[in-house]
Amino acid sequence: MSTVASDTSPSLPVDSGPITAADGTPLHVALQRATRKARIRAFLLVAPLLAFVILTFVAPIGQMLWRSVENDSFSANMPALTAWFKANEAVQPGAGLDSDGLPGEDAFAALAADLAGARENRTAGVVGTRVNYDLSGSRSLFTKSARRANRLEAPYKAALLDVDEDWGNPELWGVMRRSSSTYSAGFYLAALDMQYDAQGNVESVPDNRRIYVPLFVRTLWLSALISVLCLVLAYPIAHLLARLPLRYSNILMIFVLLPFWTSLLVRTTSWMVLMQSQGVVNDLLVAMGIVSDDGRIQMMYNQIGTLIAMTHILLPFMVLPLYSVMKTIPHDYVRAARSLGATPSTAFWKVYFPQTVPGIGAGVLLVFILAVGYYITPALVGGSSGQLISNLIAFHMQKSLNWSLAAALASLLLFGVILLYWLYDRLIGIDNMKFG
Amino acid sequence: MSMLKLPAHASTGERIWHYTYLVICGLIFLFLIAPILIVIPLSFNAEPYFTFTQKMLSLDPDGYSLRWYDRILTFGMTAPEAIRDSNWWRDVWENASWIKAAKNSIIIGIASTILATALGTLAALGLSRPEMPFRRLIMGVLISPMIVPLIITATGLFFFYSSTGLAHTYVGIIMAHATLGIPFVIITVTATLVGFDHSLTRAAQNLGATPITVFRQIIMPLILPGVISGALFAFVTSFDEVVVVLFVADFDQQTIPRQMWNGIREQISPTILSVATILVIFSILLLTTVELLRRRSERLRGLSPG
Repeated sequence: MSTVASDTSPSLPVDSGPITAADGTPLHVALQRATRKARIRAFLLVAPLLAFVILTFVAPIGQMLWRSVENDSFSANMPALTAWFKANEAVQPGAGLDSDGLPGEDAFAALAADLAGARENRTAGVVGTRVNYDLSGSRSLFTKSARRANRLEAPYKAALLDVDEDWGNPELWGVMRRSSSTYSAGFYLAALDMQYDAQGNVESVPDNRRIYVPLFVRTLWLSALISVLCLVLAYPIAHLLARLPLRYSNILMIFVLLPFWTSLLVRTTSWMVLMQSQGVVNDLLVAMGIVSDDGRIQMMYNQIGTLIAMTHILLPFMVLPLYSVMKTIPHDYVRAARSLGATPSTAFWKVYFPQTVPGIGAGVLLVFILAVGYYITPALVGGSSGQLISNLIAFHMQKSLNWSLAAALASLLLFGVILLYWLYDRLIGIDNMKFG
Repeated sequence: MSMLKLPAHASTGERIWHYTYLVICGLIFLFLIAPILIVIPLSFNAEPYFTFTQKMLSLDPDGYSLRWYDRILTFGMTAPEAIRDSNWWRDVWENASWIKAAKNSIIIGIASTILATALGTLAALGLSRPEMPFRRLIMGVLISPMIVPLIITATGLFFFYSSTGLAHTYVGIIMAHATLGIPFVIITVTATLVGFDHSLTRAAQNLGATPITVFRQIIMPLILPGVISGALFAFVTSFDEVVVVLFVADFDQQTIPRQMWNGIREQISPTILSVATILVIFSILLLTTVELLRRRSERLRGLSPG
């Protein structure tokens, strides 16, 4: 660098190259390297846990999502018929069918071969169950026909129709065709109370058979109601706790934190004990003469039970965020508003309340997210009218064993929760979550 | 109440509202605490009822008994009627259903707590560094086990464990419970690291301390209260968890909450109330410990006087 004499330019030290670190590398390179090292070091601290959570949480949920669109119980156990369906892909309705609306002898021959195979491998029940999801009564058809499979002789169409004339039901063939594809959105359709009609078009199921959409609606509605109830109950006590001197509020805080630390099952049990028709609350009401002995209120095994118990259980999750926001609001603002002539209600609604909105947002979102997925409490105190969507997922996992439908319902619930979680992170930030 | 004073110039309306407000607050606190405390006296009921008998109300000692606590020990024993000698106690230890469930709960709880606390603390140290890449996304993933409904986690684990052979194993349950406890460890430890003075570690390094010495002598004592609180949260999460256990555990792997769940669903007996009472006392102890730790942590970090 040649130094040109100039009056205004600051004088630079002669022969100064780019600024370097002690080992001679340019400073920005050294800095970059150090930053990268620090980033890697920070990431390495997190890596073991991240790997663990991916293994025990992300992968299982991914597998569940996969399950909701994949079901090979038909295609894996009925290979010949599956191949026939593939070869005779119906471009228009009626393709590959005989004049009676049924497939021809070759399809029945494939069916007979598969039934014989199913008999051998004892998989007729699995296949029948899969078809049964869409057409009830099919399971027994499959098991019965498989039992007689090795006595079947050509012509197979006549022979199978002889075993059971249900094989001549065109709807059954439509269902089998759809079941034969390993991947399908069929379980999501079922989870949204929709089905395929005979022509393969999507339609809503009849009103009296709608189960899942009304249950989703009920879950959302009850969760919203619980959030509002929690807010109404939490606001006054959070305000009191924030205003009281620390030595008093610490004592009253126990009333909020003890429920928070107490087992969910203990709290649910307590409510069952309290709300029974021969329980403490009803006894008290009878003793006070509010209700007669035979007019005891049914508070449990219905929506009221779910509502009361869940409001109690989730209340601490509303009080804590509200309290932590209210604690930071100086009381001087309200006092200033009052001294400037505001009425108490104006001072509250115009000055105090707007400052608590972040706490309200955090609490309501948190309670809503937790309520939407509740299972234990509705199962124990909800009866049939107080069940939520989680209870139906459990039913399909444990009782009806329609795992794919359970996975589809769970996936829909999961999408909703992730959306709310994302919203929570945007608005409040998960870093700001605190306990106690 | 004298602790919240009204100004001397408050109008009558304000006074009425003020006392109404205090009464409303009192009722809400009652709503919070009464259901938890009510099980305690009811668990001493001499009769198999879930309400106060006439004798209990008149404080007649005959109305109270320890029979339901005795039932915790005798339920599931091979010879509950035998003489209560050392053999009887061995029978309790080996066969009583609630004792077996408690043993399972404690083993699973401690193992999953150790796992969650070790991994979670390490991760919290990384997450609280300003250089941490993809911080928000990773934090979101690590906290999500707390947010995602348990039924979804349980369903996913059911499929995953059946295909990997982890179903019906203790390892499977411990891993699942550790995952559920991790968010609590991360949140509590990160909270203690907020405002952590990084010049302390730099000073130690300058004075020649190795990274391990820095961790043991400087970082650990400061974050220890948070780590212990997180560990307690993780333990309680495991100790109280039933949905995942119902889905992935073997029939023999009973835990306390599962045993309660079964008891409530089949035929609710007052034994449940005596178990509930013990658990309430347990949570009072935990709450006290966590509160003491929180105050200690605030004092250590100079956030509050004394």
